[in-house]
Amino acid sequence: MMASLKRYAASHLAAAGLVIVVVALFAALFGPWLVPYDPGAQDILQRLKPPLWQGAEGIHLFGTDALGRDIFSRIVVGARVSMLVGVSSVVISGAVGVTFGLIAGYEDKYAGRVLMMLTDIQLAIPFLVLALAVAAVVGPSLWNIIAILGLTNWVQYARVVRAECLVLREREFIQAAHMMGISSLHILTRHLLPNVMSSIIVISSLLVAKMILFESSLSFLGLGVPPETPTWGTMISEGRNYIGNAWWVATIPGFAIFVTVVGTNLVGDRLRDLLDPRLRQMEG
Amino acid sequence: MANFLISRLLYAAAVLLGVSVAVFFLIRIGGDPSALFLPPEASIEDIQRFRHLMGFDRPLIVQYWDFLSRAVRGDFGMSLRYEQPAMQLVLERVPATLQLGGAAFLLSIALAIPLAILAAANRGSLVDRASLLISLIGQSFPAFWLAIMLILLFSETFQVLPPSGRGSWQNLVMPAIVLATYSTAIITRLLRSSMIEVLQSDYVRTARGKGVRESRIILSHALRNAAIPTLTVIGLQIGALLGGAVITEEVFAYPGIGRLAIQAIANRDFTVIQAFVLFMAAVIVTINLLVDLSYGLLDPRLRRSK
Repeated sequence: MMASLKRYAASHLAAAGLVIVVVALFAALFGPWLVPYDPGAQDILQRLKPPLWQGAEGIHLFGTDALGRDIFSRIVVGARVSMLVGVSSVVISGAVGVTFGLIAGYEDKYAGRVLMMLTDIQLAIPFLVLALAVAAVVGPSLWNIIAILGLTNWVQYARVVRAECLVLREREFIQAAHMMGISSLHILTRHLLPNVMSSIIVISSLLVAKMILFESSLSFLGLGVPPETPTWGTMISEGRNYIGNAWWVATIPGFAIFVTVVGTNLVGDRLRDLLDPRLRQMEG
Repeated sequence: MANFLISRLLYAAAVLLGVSVAVFFLIRIGGDPSALFLPPEASIEDIQRFRHLMGFDRPLIVQYWDFLSRAVRGDFGMSLRYEQPAMQLVLERVPATLQLGGAAFLLSIALAIPLAILAAANRGSLVDRASLLISLIGQSFPAFWLAIMLILLFSETFQVLPPSGRGSWQNLVMPAIVLATYSTAIITRLLRSSMIEVLQSDYVRTARGKGVRESRIILSHALRNAAIPTLTVIGLQIGALLGGAVITEEVFAYPGIGRLAIQAIANRDFTVIQAFVLFMAAVIVTINLLVDLSYGLLDPRLRRSK
């Protein structure tokens, strides 16, 4: 454990990325108990106060928004939605995609062809618009967003897992397991799955970054989680109207998204370099 | 070649059919949309009459068949909001989006190709590390936030560029930058890694061995071969790239098809959403078809095997 952590941290950038991710996860888990203000508490007398370093007399580190709510507290608490959506939707797409990929890779007859077809269909759909349309008809809620993102992003898992299974199933240990009469289910879960695990981890870490961006886009357009929950995307959308006289309201939450996504991408890149350099060719 | 083309075209048609199924049923999982169009005080009879008029009272599968048989004849239905055919609304906005997309594409090519070549040719150098950092940062920007930051900088602070609308070249600058950011990052990253791989191959060593100039090796031997995997992935990512246009157009109030789609979603204008998604799918499928066909131009070996 310590040795692999050391190997990971040999890249300073990657180590910084890991720190960012840990901080974001910590904020997501314990945010409400850490913040100096109630993130929903309005204080009209304190509205649109600039951040501390702008020389404000205030007590609000990142200033306040148009309703006088403390931006720092809202950012810390807002990490919860970003991380929850990012991680849960990736778990869903991973579960769907890996199952499909294993089956299509092992029983490469119809399943393989159906998979390729589904992949091409999904790639041909302007995903963001479809996600927005579905979010609009089913209504914005946290679980709907997670389900929509999860069920529309599994293709990459399926493709990569299938490609690896097609190679693996010709290997001796799988052939041997087959001849010993071990059931297909057992071969899939005990022999093939562990061998594709490193690819799965790499795809997942990079996908979390994308999902965080998607969620913030949906929230920004008002089709994410309901507006009373503080999220980074909604904060930017609210702050956009005050961009002329209160730049910080929209700017600071954007930094939170940007930094978190950079951190997550750094971790993903490092894992890719360590676990599976071949994947570098497969996706940007 | 002809067989290859025909089978690819048939496959493309099948993909579009799949897209039509997906979009038709997905935007209806919320149930009967009648309630969204009628005022809350509408009577039960009114609702019934409206449902019958719009055909919402028939089984979904019948509605789908009706939609499909009209769509293949080019009739995508009337917009539920505007008194205009849905596809016409989409097509009217295409030139604006094409202009923006074209500007962004040229911008990202002009930045990404030289950067990737310099990085791959000087691996481990400062340029190389800068290219990795640029592609990491470019991939991590929330597009809508970048757009707002540019507006803050160029429209609010320096007042040199208009924050919204369309008309002059000034209107294109910021949206094109936002749209190009992600694709520049992706293209730089992909092209760099395939260039690095190609530069280690036998034929590059042979070319070097017989004294071909390094600039010629890079530009004509390596770049051409590295272009194939890069093009493939760009083709696969084109949907995501075009999705970025939706957000960009919305923030800059740029009157393209992306903004139309957002408005259609806000209005629950199903026919326009369907027309938009199918139009985009047709564009994406066509681009990927062209990418497939371009392999033959880039790599003569593939020409014979088809």
